[in-house]
Amino acid sequence: MLWETIFLALREIRRNVMRSALTTLGIVIGVAAVITMVTLGNGATAQVTSEISSLGSNLLQVRPGQGPRGPGGKRSDAENLKIEDAEAISQEISGLAAVAPVFSQGAQGIYGNENWATTVNGSTNAYLSVRNWTLKKGRNFTDREMRGGRAVCILGETVRDALFGAQNPIGTTIRLEKLSCEVIGVLKSKGQSSMGTDQDDFVLIPLRTIQRRMAGTQHVQDIFISAKDGVSTTKVKADIERLIRERRHIAEDEDDNFAVQDMQEIMSTVTGTTRVLTALLGAVAAVSLLVGGIGIMNIMLVSVTERTREIGTRLAIGALEQEVLMQFLVEAVVLSCFGGLAGIALGLTAARIGAGSLGIPFIFNPGIVIIAFLFSAAVGVLFGYFPARKAARLNPIEALRHE
Amino acid sequence: MVDSHQKTTDALIELESISKVYDTGSAAMHALRGINLRIFSGEFLAVMGPSGSGKSTCMNILGCLDPPTAGSYRFKGVKVETLSRDQRAILRRHYLGFVFQGFNLLKRTTALENVELPLVYRGIPVAKRREQARQALADVGLTDWASHTTGELSGGQQQRVAIARAIVTQPDVLLADEPTGNLDSARSREVMQLLTRFNRDRGITIVMVTHESDMAAYANRQIHFADGLITQHHQGGR
Ligand SMILES: Nc1ncnc2c1ncn2[C@@H]1O[C@H](COP(=O)(O)OP(=O)(O)OP(=O)(O)O)[C@@H](O)[C@H]1O
Ligand SMILES: [Mg+2]
Repeated sequence: MLWETIFLALREIRRNVMRSALTTLGIVIGVAAVITMVTLGNGATAQVTSEISSLGSNLLQVRPGQGPRGPGGKRSDAENLKIEDAEAISQEISGLAAVAPVFSQGAQGIYGNENWATTVNGSTNAYLSVRNWTLKKGRNFTDREMRGGRAVCILGETVRDALFGAQNPIGTTIRLEKLSCEVIGVLKSKGQSSMGTDQDDFVLIPLRTIQRRMAGTQHVQDIFISAKDGVSTTKVKADIERLIRERRHIAEDEDDNFAVQDMQEIMSTVTGTTRVLTALLGAVAAVSLLVGGIGIMNIMLVSVTERTREIGTRLAIGALEQEVLMQFLVEAVVLSCFGGLAGIALGLTAARIGAGSLGIPFIFNPGIVIIAFLFSAAVGVLFGYFPARKAARLNPIEALRHE
Repeated sequence: MVDSHQKTTDALIELESISKVYDTGSAAMHALRGINLRIFSGEFLAVMGPSGSGKSTCMNILGCLDPPTAGSYRFKGVKVETLSRDQRAILRRHYLGFVFQGFNLLKRTTALENVELPLVYRGIPVAKRREQARQALADVGLTDWASHTTGELSGGQQQRVAIARAIVTQPDVLLADEPTGNLDSARSREVMQLLTRFNRDRGITIVMVTHESDMAAYANRQIHFADGLITQHHQGGR
């Protein structure tokens, strides 16, 4: 009898193509929306997390002034940082892996006929380890080059490509504004950041070189610090704050006139934000799943008159209540499973395409697929089964007379 | 069956003071006001009476489709009101065939599938029930229309599909509510000859509602309804 019931249900589905299609469509759209949204949200979170960690693990950054930088690059009351600050940090604070003072400015890079506007970062070798850069070719700075402020440079991949194309840059001389500079190394590419900026678009030269020969200044803009693995960045941050306050003789009741940012803090804030966004997207999608469910309910209610008569006819002919219900249950389950599977396929496809075009990873989340599927099945069964149950409990004559 | 010797008759169907009251909100509608009726196995009974006199209501009760408000109904000696819903469904499935006044066929479903339906619930295998359904359709002259959906059929054709569905199981009792109401006189005569043959050759008991006395003439007994009561009995006809 079970086979017979399934057979009856399938025949009924085929017979009412339009009703079946509309019912299924509601589920397909709902399930697909939830899966797409949540998968994309997860991908974005993973992308942002991996990017922030690629900035450097256990990274801290000291900046002059409090709060975000204004258009002028720093706050008017900010006292500039100096190389000596960086040296003091690396000597007096324990648990640090590297300290890199940085001064950077925009510059035109020129080689032969090629011309490329880029950023010049002046720092030390420590910059490479602090920011997780590795050399693809060539070497890093020698101590003499750093101390003496020699005109040598290491190119980011974008700059190398723009100026040299297929040529070997090592050993050639490029111009950065008026400074002629020997190329000694090329960095491995990191690609785009999630904000869409090209991380490979810069030239690294020794700090003293940029200070003396390009900017004509004594100060630095940022100090990047990486803590050793297993060292608490919170503690390091507090130590640095205390040290700089001491060095600047800031009184107890005065505010800091500098800022120490902890990338792990920023990371947890940002991933927190993207998680909230994912949840929000998921909620929006869940609403569409619900709307799909209401659509199904509508179709079921509209067809309830006809279906009630059908149930009356079957009962009058000698069907048992449970046989009729089983038929409707199978029908509802088949439709919702079919819709659920189609929705999963559509949702995963859309998520894959979306992830590709947004440049974020496609992360398959079986949990959400299962939840969306179960929900759709529940909706289908609920709305398909309960009106039928109501009808199947009527007297055959009452069901047949239903208007 | 301690009290079986007390049974006054061995009637197939026995209605005793059956009444049916419809609760229509404002006023109660007394569709049946205490009817007594015995139908014996092998009888062909015609039920007549004006519109609204309670004929369909009585048929629905006979068909175990609707419970009476009061009174007792014995089918083959069994008190129907003591049966559960499922037991009544089984009773309908195995002993009764019903032709509804309004046909009650499944929409968007072929004539053949409609006729097959009672056999499905009897658990008859596909091949066998197909064949029986085709035979029943042939009996009512619809062989060529087997694969048409009911929506594509005329009123008369639908009525004949409904008759085929009722006779395909060869029930003990055939309850037919105006089975010729939508048919022309030639078709009506064919259907009546079919029913007569069923009644005579297979011993199927038939209860048939009709407005036309020449249809009622095929029956071997007639009863008349008026205002929820049975007012006349006629023996014979053929
Ligand atoms: N479900 C119902 N609710 C309320 N009143 C009903 C219901 N069914 C029937 N009636 C009433 O009961 C009375 C008998 O109805 P019934 O259908 O038995 O008449 P009938 O003799 O079959 O008439 P017809 O020849 O027109 O088919 C009618 O007055 C009708 O209005
Ligand atoms: Mg009637």
